[in-house]
Amino acid sequence: MLKTTDFTRLLLLSVLLWLCPPLQAEQQSATLTQAAPLFQEASFDKTREAVDLLAASGDPEVVPYLQALLDGKLYQDKAQGTLVIAKDGNTGDELRKIPTNNSLRKYLRGAVGQLSLSHPDAAVRLKSANGLLETVTPEMATQLRGLLEKETDSAVKEALSLGLAMADLNAADKAVRLTAIESLAGNLHPGVRNRLTTMTTDSDAEVAKAAQEALRSIEDTAALYGHVETLFFGLSLGSVLVLAAIGLAITFGVMGVINMAHGELIMLGAYTTYIVQQLMPNFIDYSLFVAVPAAFIVSGAMGILIERTVIRHLYGRPLETLLATFGISLILQQLVRTVISPQNVPVSNPSWMSGSLEINSVLSLTYNRLYIVLFCLMVFALLYFVLRKTNLGLQVRAVSQNRAMARAMGVRSARVDALTFGLGSGIAGVAGVALSQLTNVGPNLGQAYIIDSFMVVVFGGVGNLWGTLVAGLSLGVVNKVLEPWAGAVLAKILVLVFIILFIQKRPRGLFPQKGRAAGD
Amino acid sequence: MFITRILQNDRGGQIMLAVLALVLVLVPVLNLLVPEGSFLHMPTYLVTLLGKYLTYALLAVAVDLVWGYLGILSLGHGAFFALGGYAMGMYLMRQIGDRGVYGNANLPDFMVFLNWKELPWFWQGFDMFWFAMLMVLLVPGLLAFVFGWLAFRSRVTGVYLSIITQALTYALLLAFFRNEMGFGGNNGLTDFKDILGFSLQADGTRVTLFALSGLALAGGYLLCRYIINSKLGRIVVAIRDAESRTRFVGYRVEHYKVWVFTVSAMLAGIAGALYVPQVGIINPGEFSPLNSIEIVIWVAIGGRATLYGAVLGAILVNYAKTVFTGLMPESWIFMLGALFVLVTLYLPQGLAGLVQQFQAKGWLQRRAAA
Amino acid sequence: MSEGAHLRQPETGQPDASHKAILYLEGLNVSFDGFKAINDLTLYIDSGELRCIIGPNGAGKTTMMDIITGKTRPNSGQAWFGQTVDLLKLSEPEIANAGIGRKFQKPTVFESHSVAENLELAMHGNKSVWYSLRARLSGEQQALIDETLQTIGLTENYHQQAGALSHGQKQWLEIGMLLVQKPHLLLVDEPVAGMTHQEMERTAELLTSLAGKHSVVVVEHDMDFVRSIANKVTVLHQGSVLAEGTMDEVQNDQRVIEVYLGE
Repeated sequence: MLKTTDFTRLLLLSVLLWLCPPLQAEQQSATLTQAAPLFQEASFDKTREAVDLLAASGDPEVVPYLQALLDGKLYQDKAQGTLVIAKDGNTGDELRKIPTNNSLRKYLRGAVGQLSLSHPDAAVRLKSANGLLETVTPEMATQLRGLLEKETDSAVKEALSLGLAMADLNAADKAVRLTAIESLAGNLHPGVRNRLTTMTTDSDAEVAKAAQEALRSIEDTAALYGHVETLFFGLSLGSVLVLAAIGLAITFGVMGVINMAHGELIMLGAYTTYIVQQLMPNFIDYSLFVAVPAAFIVSGAMGILIERTVIRHLYGRPLETLLATFGISLILQQLVRTVISPQNVPVSNPSWMSGSLEINSVLSLTYNRLYIVLFCLMVFALLYFVLRKTNLGLQVRAVSQNRAMARAMGVRSARVDALTFGLGSGIAGVAGVALSQLTNVGPNLGQAYIIDSFMVVVFGGVGNLWGTLVAGLSLGVVNKVLEPWAGAVLAKILVLVFIILFIQKRPRGLFPQKGRAAGD
Repeated sequence: MFITRILQNDRGGQIMLAVLALVLVLVPVLNLLVPEGSFLHMPTYLVTLLGKYLTYALLAVAVDLVWGYLGILSLGHGAFFALGGYAMGMYLMRQIGDRGVYGNANLPDFMVFLNWKELPWFWQGFDMFWFAMLMVLLVPGLLAFVFGWLAFRSRVTGVYLSIITQALTYALLLAFFRNEMGFGGNNGLTDFKDILGFSLQADGTRVTLFALSGLALAGGYLLCRYIINSKLGRIVVAIRDAESRTRFVGYRVEHYKVWVFTVSAMLAGIAGALYVPQVGIINPGEFSPLNSIEIVIWVAIGGRATLYGAVLGAILVNYAKTVFTGLMPESWIFMLGALFVLVTLYLPQGLAGLVQQFQAKGWLQRRAAA
Repeated sequence: MSEGAHLRQPETGQPDASHKAILYLEGLNVSFDGFKAINDLTLYIDSGELRCIIGPNGAGKTTMMDIITGKTRPNSGQAWFGQTVDLLKLSEPEIANAGIGRKFQKPTVFESHSVAENLELAMHGNKSVWYSLRARLSGEQQALIDETLQTIGLTENYHQQAGALSHGQKQWLEIGMLLVQKPHLLLVDEPVAGMTHQEMERTAELLTSLAGKHSVVVVEHDMDFVRSIANKVTVLHQGSVLAEGTMDEVQNDQRVIEVYLGE
């Protein structure tokens, strides 16, 4: 805030010093020359006449002048009577500001809107149509109807009919009012809601009732979109969970290895993103495309290292594996603290990740969440493909089902173990890239996700990738549904307790592996 | 005598308890009777530090009972320890009375701060020592009973059980962080003044708490040893080695598991209750999954299924922690991490196992010489 | 978790075998993932009988044992122990306490306990938690352990850790554990696997001597052994009974020859 005021001051100072020429010298059209004397009269009525004159011309060139008048930036040369648009509110003595009042400004708004409506660019038309919505007068309405007939763009059409319907709400004829109300039912424009609310006290009981009904339908629609939004939030949270858990679904689910350092492999992925961005500070927009493969390699390599040096010696001893990998997780965390920093590091979002997709006035989906959902589905599909359709996938499944038999068939089980673990770890790294866009990147990043990840895998059913997807997404949604009335922390606790109880009921998760082999 | 019978075949336990007895006599003498400034004087902070180690040792014994003998790797025992600690903390909070910052005799400071008007129902009774002590046993015991009953009945075992015990303590961690829970939120319970009328700052009180910790450790140890020596102990080990076989012989495995799990949780609760007045604070951090998993590594280093190994491991690791966090704080986490890896890879039986190995070798050599 | 009347059965006496049969299996079906392991199996075992069950791999022998002992629940069908005990409603320990003992295919003993302790743990009697905390071996129980060790030839190994026994000795120890359990019905899965010829003979002797007082069901692959002990043989194939009768009858059954003995 402070900086902005400083900046303004500086600006003012520079303006005073140089008195830069504010004039916009150009050839003015005939209509403008014609209207100029009327402005000189210095009466609001004459000004209005001048505005009418300009508006009637239908010439798009006059729009900037009317807009300037509306914004209080239209000046007239005292001597020559030419109209001038001042750029930064700073003028010399020879210029006189053309005054306006409230009613004139309102009038101007309509006029500007109407003129813009015939602009060749559909986007400009849409903008002006939306600007007009609440100010359509009966006189304008006739004109708008004409424009509506000629209009080709559907969005502009929709906006125009909305404006007309809004205008019709003021009609004296009850039938017109009722039709208008009916056509507005379910419309989510905030102006519509306000307008209809005032109409619920309409002197005519029938109209008031219709307005109430229309309002209710608007509220229902709004509520519906609210649910859609919750669902979307839930799915994006769920996607994060799935991303965090899916690597674990491979190392734990397919190989049966409890890797408590899984969270730290995610963290390494997030730090890889940070380092990639440090290396290419001018190409942040492209950094993620580099970071994803880089993180896969970093975490995957770390995973293979862990497998070869520690886990390999502990196959068949899950509890020992758990302890050893926990030790590794401590070491990795401390390594990051020592080598990089104990504090969180800044990771920037590429520009294409910011902003949101506006579905309508109550529902907009932020791009970062949207991309997370898409990314999660992509990673899942890719992984599914690798495990189902490639030779490596076949070998992985063979080893996980019957190690001795797979070896007898010539599968090099040690190599497969290392590669599988590397794959699961690499995916964790990729998840880390995604997480770096959503949360703080610090040494404890992984810790926050390890329990959640295990819950997702166990809840979904160990050894079942689909189970992990369904479990992650549904837990995300449940969490977000609970959040509004329980609060974020309590919602999380409730979900944890739910899973604990669920595992008691169905120890093998939502989608258990079937068959005799699944027994003990 | 009863105790000698319990310790009949427990050489390690005999030595451990003898050393403990010696320490329990020496420390009070060195602290209270040897004048300050003397070379032999033991400062009070050291007494308290030792007392803290002893409560950790009791906690480790409790974990060894379920992990070493029953085969359940609990990654949530820190929760029982913390619950016992909170029960004690609540008593100590109530003892503060109107000496708090806000001087409210009926409400602990943090409640006044939160604008609470009256004591919540679950704080009732904690002004009475006996009630608080009952809760030290009952709250962890009840949680363990309910949790165990649900888990063991549906035969959740192995890694799954470990993970849900971890989830349990994690859920409690989140819950206790909430101010609305009524346990002081983030800050926990602290600023204690006295216990049963004795100032917590007084040397006498400190030494007494230390001695009580030692006695609790000895008592807990003997209890666990008694259980292990009984037929129940043999059944428990049978469950660890061949659970399904034990069922087919006619034992209701889940009953045994719940029983042992509950006893162990109560011991952990007692350890927590003795820990809190000595360190002077209890906060939700005690529920952190890291704490619980650290206990397991104490036991692993000492040597599981030996009980005395758990005591040894708890004291050694915590001593190392004190030394290294003081000298080079960064290195401690590396060392702890390395301990996890190295012990599981190269020392599966822990230090106790190492000693046994040496003994066996020595015995063989002596026999060969004879 | 209800401690129903059936729980008290073992201590109080025999299961109600008044209608001659002690075990009724009727119309059992079990499928794993679409594979029918047991297919409409109906089988009766008479009180005091020694029955051998044979069949190729995957015939459902072990699954049948699993159903009787409560490890696997059938999708449909009935399993009764005597007239009164519905096995499908009981858990494994309840079934064990009702008087059904089982020896597994792969010998499973409590490896870190001594041989004598293994027998102590398996012995019939009160098996509640609090009781076991204070339980001491009575003279009678000690005598039973000594006697059983004699029977199974492991007296020398009284204090030895069970895990250190040879494969054959573990088989014997498991049979001993079955004996001290004092069941009315013994389910014995491949008792002579890994035994020498001599040991096999002793096992045959032991099992035959048990019949009469107890009912014994033996699952075995070794045909010589089956022939040496069986008077009635049931052949399982694809989860149901293919043939039943004396060894000779079964061996001459055309269908049996086709699926199993055609070797």
